[in-house]
Amino acid sequence: MSTAIVPTAHFDLEPMSEPGKEQLLELAMGPQHPSTHGVFRMNVVLYGEQVVRLKPVFGYLHRNHEKIAESETYLGSMPYTDRLDYMCSITNNWAYALAVEKLAGIEVPERAEYLRVITGELTRLQNHACLIGFLMQDMGSSGTPLMYAFREREKILDLFESLTGARMMCNYMRFGGCRADLPAGWLDQARKVVADFPRFLDEYEQLLVSNEILMDRTQEVGVLSRELAVSAGISGPMARASGVDYDIRKVDHYSIYDRFTFRVPLGSHGDVYDRFMVRLLEMRESVSILEQAMRDIPAGPIVDPRMKVRGFRPKPGEAYGRIESPKGELGFYLVSDGSPNPYRYRVRPPSLINLTVLEDLCVGRNVGDIVAILGSIDIVLGEVDR
Amino acid sequence: MNLEAIKSEVEANVPGCRLEMVANPSPSDQHSLRSDAEHAVAVAIVLRDAANLRFDFCSNVTGIDWPSREVSEKVKVKKLVDGVEQEADEIRKTVVPGCLEVVYHLFSVEKKHGPLVLRMRTQDRDAGVHLPSLTPVWRSAELQEREVFDLFGVVFDGHPDLRRLLMWPGFVDHPMRRDYVDPDDYEYEPTAHDEVPRRAQQHRGDAGGKQLSEAEGG
Repeated sequence: MSTAIVPTAHFDLEPMSEPGKEQLLELAMGPQHPSTHGVFRMNVVLYGEQVVRLKPVFGYLHRNHEKIAESETYLGSMPYTDRLDYMCSITNNWAYALAVEKLAGIEVPERAEYLRVITGELTRLQNHACLIGFLMQDMGSSGTPLMYAFREREKILDLFESLTGARMMCNYMRFGGCRADLPAGWLDQARKVVADFPRFLDEYEQLLVSNEILMDRTQEVGVLSRELAVSAGISGPMARASGVDYDIRKVDHYSIYDRFTFRVPLGSHGDVYDRFMVRLLEMRESVSILEQAMRDIPAGPIVDPRMKVRGFRPKPGEAYGRIESPKGELGFYLVSDGSPNPYRYRVRPPSLINLTVLEDLCVGRNVGDIVAILGSIDIVLGEVDR
Repeated sequence: MNLEAIKSEVEANVPGCRLEMVANPSPSDQHSLRSDAEHAVAVAIVLRDAANLRFDFCSNVTGIDWPSREVSEKVKVKKLVDGVEQEADEIRKTVVPGCLEVVYHLFSVEKKHGPLVLRMRTQDRDAGVHLPSLTPVWRSAELQEREVFDLFGVVFDGHPDLRRLLMWPGFVDHPMRRDYVDPDDYEYEPTAHDEVPRRAQQHRGDAGGKQLSEAEGG
């Protein structure tokens, strides 16, 4: 049986005057550091270049999203979920819509499910491509990989803009369906973007996968064991890179993912390189899902016609809905007391929970590896701090 | 897996534990188990380690605040009116004491089942806000229990590093409680047509406080 895996105790940054500790350097990395992907701080104790202790400091972007949502109607929080993980607004909408649909027992029409899968997988493509770009940028590969990724992301954001009216803050889902149907010519444009995507992936792989500097800096760095990954609630590509075969699209059978054939890439080392490779391979599977979904999409309504938009009051009760977002398991826990506002509204943020093991991954490595490890976890501070 | 079966399995392994099934009337069909605080760690270990349960993945930890509320019900009482016994309605008010509730959503990576909703309740909302920490059982509770401590004020005994997570160390209140009141000592935009300048002035008080000029909207 697995034993308890307990974190180390807290420490404060203060001058270390105790004898024997003169060799230790305490360093506050962040909050204003370009490699922390936002306002995130790590208090690090270094021995030379080696990390001895590390404690993350949260809350610089905290605005109590949950409290605000409890004073809003159910639908009123939908645009605000965009601002959680602002790279992937559509999957945030999806997780919230799914939780409310479970709470109120709402059915989603078939065409809307296809629209959700198509937009959701496009979101995953652009998130993973950009994350790899950011990771390379953090490790000093200045510009090229990130700009390649942004070139592709731009095409996907153009699709989002013509469908939802916004590039990043899409606010696309509604309870029981989606907000807008596809404009004329959208599917053809999307098919072209998706058909071109494998060429970009080939190019990306050729540029990065067997790059000697990249391998040197990422292999055997930040190794996360399978046991710790499960115990610490690590989800998404980060867990799968450690060999945890857990993809919520396969486990929960939510939406219509059962209809598509796709594989779940797994890593075996759990290091930064595996996390990078799992994301690269996941993009190939997303392309395959997108091709199948855009081939099969039926005509029909995009929202449940019985769904009441105004005066929406779910019966008292509670529901936990979760999806496989690009970052990991994104869940919403809602408690209703029968009023138009949720009594309790909780976001299960994958970015925050994946940071639980940051210290375990960094201790013993060099200070330069912190940046690579943090980059491979894939955080967005809008979601970490909420 | 059947919740009844899980309950009896845990009860067989943890002698003396008091588990209670909590029904969920919503269509989501996610019913929960409420454990007593005393045996919660033992219950959690059985849930994690029993061969047919294996809830090894603690996904979500959160709190719910239930302030004390007044329930009024109509009861029929017999009264003597002018020497004749008559039936009359009387409204009887009872106060349901408040508490803080902590909710854990458990899944199994190995068996691919879940969610199992595990709940615990504190005695009250003032002094008896102590609950045992489940971080030694599931490491994923580490940051989330810190968040519940920060925003709800539940004290988790046995947590290795219980500090505020999102608010700053000197902050005193717990913002996610239902009766939390915003502080009014914020900086304000000097516009004449809202409550902000008046409240800011009130906060500064009369003694030594600068009076707002008309230009500032006071």
